[in-house]
Amino acid sequence: MGEMKPLLIKKGAEASLYLAEWHDKKVIMKRRLPKKYRISQLDERIRSYRTIHEPQLMHEARKAGVPTPIIFLVDVKQATIIMEFIEGKLVKHLLDKVSESKRLSLCVEIGESIGRLHSSGIIHGDLTTSNMIQTSEGKIFLVDFGLGEKSKELEARGVDLHLMKRALQSTHFRFAEGCFNAVVKGYSKILDGETVKNVLAKIEEIGRRGRYVSERKRR
Amino acid sequence: MKGKKGDGGRYCLGIESTADDFGVGMSTFNGEVLVNVISTYAAEEGGIHPREAARHHAETASKTLKEAFTKAEIKPGDLALIAFSQGPGMGPCLRTGATVARALASYLNVPLVGVNHLVAHIEIGKLTTGAEDPVTLFVSGGSTIVSAFDAGRYRIFGETLDIAVGNCIDVFAREAGLRSREGLPAAATVEKLAGQGGKLFSLPYTVKGMDLSFSGLLTATVRLLHERKCRLEDLCHSFQETAFSMLTEVTERALAHTEKKEVLLTGGVAANKRLQSMIKAIAEEHYAKFCVVPKEFALDNGAMIAWTGVLAYTHGTVTPIERSFVKLRWRLDEVEIPWVK
Repeated sequence: MGEMKPLLIKKGAEASLYLAEWHDKKVIMKRRLPKKYRISQLDERIRSYRTIHEPQLMHEARKAGVPTPIIFLVDVKQATIIMEFIEGKLVKHLLDKVSESKRLSLCVEIGESIGRLHSSGIIHGDLTTSNMIQTSEGKIFLVDFGLGEKSKELEARGVDLHLMKRALQSTHFRFAEGCFNAVVKGYSKILDGETVKNVLAKIEEIGRRGRYVSERKRR
Repeated sequence: MKGKKGDGGRYCLGIESTADDFGVGMSTFNGEVLVNVISTYAAEEGGIHPREAARHHAETASKTLKEAFTKAEIKPGDLALIAFSQGPGMGPCLRTGATVARALASYLNVPLVGVNHLVAHIEIGKLTTGAEDPVTLFVSGGSTIVSAFDAGRYRIFGETLDIAVGNCIDVFAREAGLRSREGLPAAATVEKLAGQGGKLFSLPYTVKGMDLSFSGLLTATVRLLHERKCRLEDLCHSFQETAFSMLTEVTERALAHTEKKEVLLTGGVAANKRLQSMIKAIAEEHYAKFCVVPKEFALDNGAMIAWTGVLAYTHGTVTPIERSFVKLRWRLDEVEIPWVK
């Protein structure tokens, strides 16, 4: 590490993010600290799995044309990833504040990015507005691929977008419907009509899945 | 039981019948629970058969009501309000409870209030533990929900995408040939055996954002079980550690996201000591108070319906008979909660 002491900027449930200096560059150090509640064997398995898979997915997302931070270093033993620091604003903080037209164009762009991920067989796994950063040039970076996976299955794509919908409903409930429609609009620009139709039907189905056994059996 | 001053002389009777329990509870208008009687339908084999459970509810209703009045030492004429769980749940079971509630309200000529079962679980949890604004993890045979209050409603932050964790445990227990014994449910045997296991098998750990999936875990565990290559204790241990780590991870996410200062654990699975210790650990890590709802009020019960009925009624909700149809798929986040500020 350089002269700057790593500064904890976010303590999430899954990992802690530090702002640090590395070879004269400002970087983000993502550390997956051991979780005391999990038995160590399971804890190590989960942390190292995610530390290996996250950079791979981020790299592939980048190749697919979706802005993601550049990975500089992966230390599996320490469950630590060093990556580019993206300066900008969280979409979470932007979305409720900008004008209606800005909000919708933002969502269309997000939809396009999700479309690019999905058409390259990448599932983000945690599509919330806190995992999207808009830079001063207006690019939207996607971060936190820790729960992502490689899949082209309808179910995985449906769940991914369902999560986006749910995140909008819980955090941006006043605009959720319009925003999600805009996301779908962007998504439809990338994937073909037939696929989009199937994914939307899947999202409906996931939404209907009950928590009550009798209900599920009847279908 | 805590409560506001005054109105302790007005009583509400609540009827719960969403699944296999028929519960009758009574509470005063200031939140004192007078009685909480539960009659449970025991399936001879397999899971809950909705029609059989409903038949049980219909047969036990008058006896359970009578017992409740005797224990509470009040007369039907003393009631000022009837509340019932209007959903979500199994149709035949809900309809039986609703019919009893409608009949009582008409006969006594008192107002009727339909209550959302999930809201009731949160409200009785807050009443009995003193929690005021918690992140709630509700884990039962029918539900797996992480929720917290925001802008007038209990928002759902995470939930299962397929089966509930309690259902997952029950099915595994049945597959393993574990039966309810001496009043202990089969799930308690899974917990006991898990405590004697030590080896960890790799099982699907499926967290999607704040949502969860248990069907893959169930399938993989049952497959290992039928291969008969591992000790049942180790399998219970692996199954439980995996399932509960998933629950704890999403609860911690919701806690980090909402920055609330309390965590409320409730539902039938909340009785599991291992789950309690895991949720307690993350609560402490985020400087939040850990609250676990006492078993009597964590399981489906009538007292929670009565108390939530009081809250709804005193904030302007009544359910006329013609609008008292049951709502099988009534979501938690569809309900306006005017009594929380």
